[in-house]
Amino acid sequence: MADVGHAVAQTRRMTARQWGLLIVGVVITVLGVTMITGSALSGLARLVIPIVLIGTGMAITVAAIRSRTRVAYWLLIPGGLWLIIFYVIPMTQLARTSLEEGTFQTGFEFAWRWDNFAEAFTTFGGQFFRSLLYGGVATIIAIAIGYPLAYFIAFRGGRYKNLLLVMVLMPFLVPFLLRTLAWKVILADDGFVVGVFQTLGLVEENGRLLATGIAVVAGITYNFLAFMTLPIYVSLEKIDHSLVEAANDLYASPMVAFRKVTWPLSRPGVVAGTLLTLIPAAGDYVNAQLLGTPQQFMIGNVIQSRFLVVLDYPVASALSLTLMVAVLLIIIPYVRATGTEELVA
Amino acid sequence: MAVAEVLRQNPSAPRRRLGKFVKRHLLTVYAMAVLAYLFIPVAVVILFSFNNNQGRFNFTWQGFTLRSWRNAFDVPGLFESLLVSLRIAFLSALVATVLGTLIALALVRYSFRFRGTTNILLFLPIATPEVVLGSSVLALFITLNVATGFATIVIAHILFNISYVVVTVKARLSGFDRHLEEAAMDLYADEWTTFRKVTLPMIMPGVFAAFLLGFALSFDDFIITNFNSGQTVTFPLFIWGAARVGVPPQVNVFGTAIFVITASIMLLSVFLQRSRRTQF
Repeated sequence: MADVGHAVAQTRRMTARQWGLLIVGVVITVLGVTMITGSALSGLARLVIPIVLIGTGMAITVAAIRSRTRVAYWLLIPGGLWLIIFYVIPMTQLARTSLEEGTFQTGFEFAWRWDNFAEAFTTFGGQFFRSLLYGGVATIIAIAIGYPLAYFIAFRGGRYKNLLLVMVLMPFLVPFLLRTLAWKVILADDGFVVGVFQTLGLVEENGRLLATGIAVVAGITYNFLAFMTLPIYVSLEKIDHSLVEAANDLYASPMVAFRKVTWPLSRPGVVAGTLLTLIPAAGDYVNAQLLGTPQQFMIGNVIQSRFLVVLDYPVASALSLTLMVAVLLIIIPYVRATGTEELVA
Repeated sequence: MAVAEVLRQNPSAPRRRLGKFVKRHLLTVYAMAVLAYLFIPVAVVILFSFNNNQGRFNFTWQGFTLRSWRNAFDVPGLFESLLVSLRIAFLSALVATVLGTLIALALVRYSFRFRGTTNILLFLPIATPEVVLGSSVLALFITLNVATGFATIVIAHILFNISYVVVTVKARLSGFDRHLEEAAMDLYADEWTTFRKVTLPMIMPGVFAAFLLGFALSFDDFIITNFNSGQTVTFPLFIWGAARVGVPPQVNVFGTAIFVITASIMLLSVFLQRSRRTQF
């Protein structure tokens, strides 16, 4: 036993070479980090050179660890670094910018200016509410459209299953903006759809669909429908059909069998589909811009115009951050229920 | 089974059978209607590439013509924007595929600390609305004083593609027999040779699928691109710009071409799969 303990102690103790690697690695990494925050370099070089330095430094540092998992860390470093530098750091940057004060002309300065958030809410509360409303309505309609379709493919698709799935995906091969613009033609004032709606009395004699919330919701529903249909299909496909048969054998009517067996078992798919539809729907601004008017604008429209046209970075960041927090609040219960391993599976 | 058969023939069954009949056909009709609905905008895009439109806008049908197809390359900037999009899609999908495949290998092969952190880090970009993702990356570029353009679009596209690559490759890796690798190692192949000769060929379909997915996502991305494009004009940005002043029907020509080419490839792969299955 003593021998084993001795051997373990030996492998744990670091050799001079390992210490050397560790120190060199850490120094290069720190050098890279300092180059990002304040360096004389400009343009892309200011990003690329530090990233290469940090990556190399971390790889050398990991080389100092003598264990099998160091290969795992080597595999993780390039992609992980990318995610940290271009996702985590930008998010903190967004948070920082949201508390700055000043104007584009005079320059911005960090000042803990919480008023940016107050301003964001009081001025753009309506657009926030509309985003959630349009996104929510579109998601519900998407369930109503996507669930029966997924059910049909999963249980009645037979040998055409793959073909039907491809058909669900196919419309998404048409560029996103062209798909959206097509709805402008479909819902046009003198078009067929408006005519039918007018005959049915759903739209007034001179009423229109285009430039209303209906058009925006229709566009959003259509554009993100595959995100709803496919997860539902996956969860329905997994259901063991003998469970439904057992329910039928026990005198459950088809409706009861669906409510008590199929629906609960497909709920994970519905939840995943809801998240995958609601998130892009709430953040979308293309549909509101192309199919609506400023009266239908959503929070995405405000964020993009504040960032790219008005150049009011602090308020734009505050809005963006608030949207992110709202989305996280919706997602966190789901994450806690499923665990991290299921997230990217 | 016999019990079920008897139950099906009992007197109260006709009503239920009628219900079943209605339900089955109602569902079929509904599903077909949904599929038709899915293809209406596609049909509109294709149809309006043949529209003989007068004036700048292409929103009302004014007669059939092949003019736009014959003069597909006449709109200044349109074809160039398509080439820019293809280049961005290729580059970003390529880099993201390499980075994402490495992460997927680490996740499936090794147990290490930060596993949960890595999973969350991969999930967050998928869960983040595109406006937030685009604007946060822009916030970084503004702070670092990096001028936005081709390179910053590629950087942002690699970012959102990595997660999708990891998901796709991981799916392929988890159904993979580790004994094959162990066998190679037993036959004195070192880790690198094993990876090159055994692991890589087996995960290649997944890696290729991940590349295609990344390519498609990047090619069609508008929102994140719009934040980080600077003066660079991609195909979606061209349409966006044109939407204000009037979209030329040539845009529909290219949209139709993209649809027809990619849809044929998809259909072809489905039919190839099916004929392969019937052979066995």
